[in-house]
Amino acid sequence: MSTNAKDLRNPLKRARGLGSAQSGVGHWWTQRVTAAALVLLGLWFVATVLSLLHADFATAKAMVTKPWNALLLILFVVTMFWHAVLGLQVVIEDYVHTRWKEVVLLVAIKFLAVLGALAGVLAVLRIALGV
Amino acid sequence: MAEFSLPKNSKIQPGRHWPAKDAKRPRTFRIYRWSPDDGENPRIDSYEVDLAACGPMVLDALLKIKNEIDPTLTLRRSCREGICGSCAMNIDGTNTLACICAIDKVASGDVKIYPLPHMPVVKDLVPDLTHFYAQFASIKPWLRTQSAAPDKERLQSPEDRKKLDGLYECILCACCSTSCPSYWWNGDKYLGPAILLQAYRWIVDSRDEDTGARLDDLEDPFKLYRCHTIMNCARTCPKGLNPAKAIAEIKKLIVERRS
Repeated sequence: MSTNAKDLRNPLKRARGLGSAQSGVGHWWTQRVTAAALVLLGLWFVATVLSLLHADFATAKAMVTKPWNALLLILFVVTMFWHAVLGLQVVIEDYVHTRWKEVVLLVAIKFLAVLGALAGVLAVLRIALGV
Repeated sequence: MAEFSLPKNSKIQPGRHWPAKDAKRPRTFRIYRWSPDDGENPRIDSYEVDLAACGPMVLDALLKIKNEIDPTLTLRRSCREGICGSCAMNIDGTNTLACICAIDKVASGDVKIYPLPHMPVVKDLVPDLTHFYAQFASIKPWLRTQSAAPDKERLQSPEDRKKLDGLYECILCACCSTSCPSYWWNGDKYLGPAILLQAYRWIVDSRDEDTGARLDDLEDPFKLYRCHTIMNCARTCPKGLNPAKAIAEIKKLIVERRS
């Protein structure tokens, strides 16, 4: 951002840069929708976990096998990873200014989020379907 | 990574002290000094000013220092009444205009004065606003129309005129943009609160016919969406405006036109 005397380009050239990416609203809106969903799902999740206090393994397992609980658990896991990856993306774009590190991290968090979400879904399905 | 510590040649050193003689109401002003010509690191000079023989505003004290104590002190100022935006600087940790910042309102102790944060410094309290002004030019801040120019002025209803209140008062002093951490880290691409408020001023103008193109130009992860509603802009604005609200309105319009 500093003014370089050797740079003969007009300041407007630098300010306009590569122009508008014509995107960003999708990311912004999705982050808010997933946040709203997480408020509801989070409340349900905390209440459910609290209800399992002092419960034994069989009770906990029985809870997950109920269709509604399995469905909401899957939704919670997917939404959480989705929201987390959107938020992390913003943090990385904000603070990591070495281009290669930024790109590597942006790709890595997406891989990890998909891996985490799929692992969570698979775990719930295995219990719910009893396979 | 973002720069969280100052580079070596930017570390601030203690500077010279200028005591006041026979002052009735002395107050110390600690002021950031840096010159591009001497190869030295920046330093903090402290000046004792007799408030009994000084105007009420911080700018009065700065001019008194420049006129009577140390003529090498460099700062910008023009209108001295809060309408030109030239004397924007960081006073006691807050960006504001020196001309409308009363010395008595600055918390007790020394009055600490720095240039606007995270901008290249030209000298002392003068920041380089070249990029800031270029960003302003990049939003094409003038009435853009498709219809033929009318014989008389383009009319606007009183209700539509009201929508410009809280926007047209912006004097582009850069207090808000340079208070915004997002602008500090990504100011090369992020337009910052001042420029986005100016952009919204034309988006919401009932006479402007290029609203869609203006929104197209702003819909960008960096130009617009680096705003994380930190709200420093609204807290620091010396004119009491709310750039964060203008930015939120732009985001709402971009969502609105999709559905």
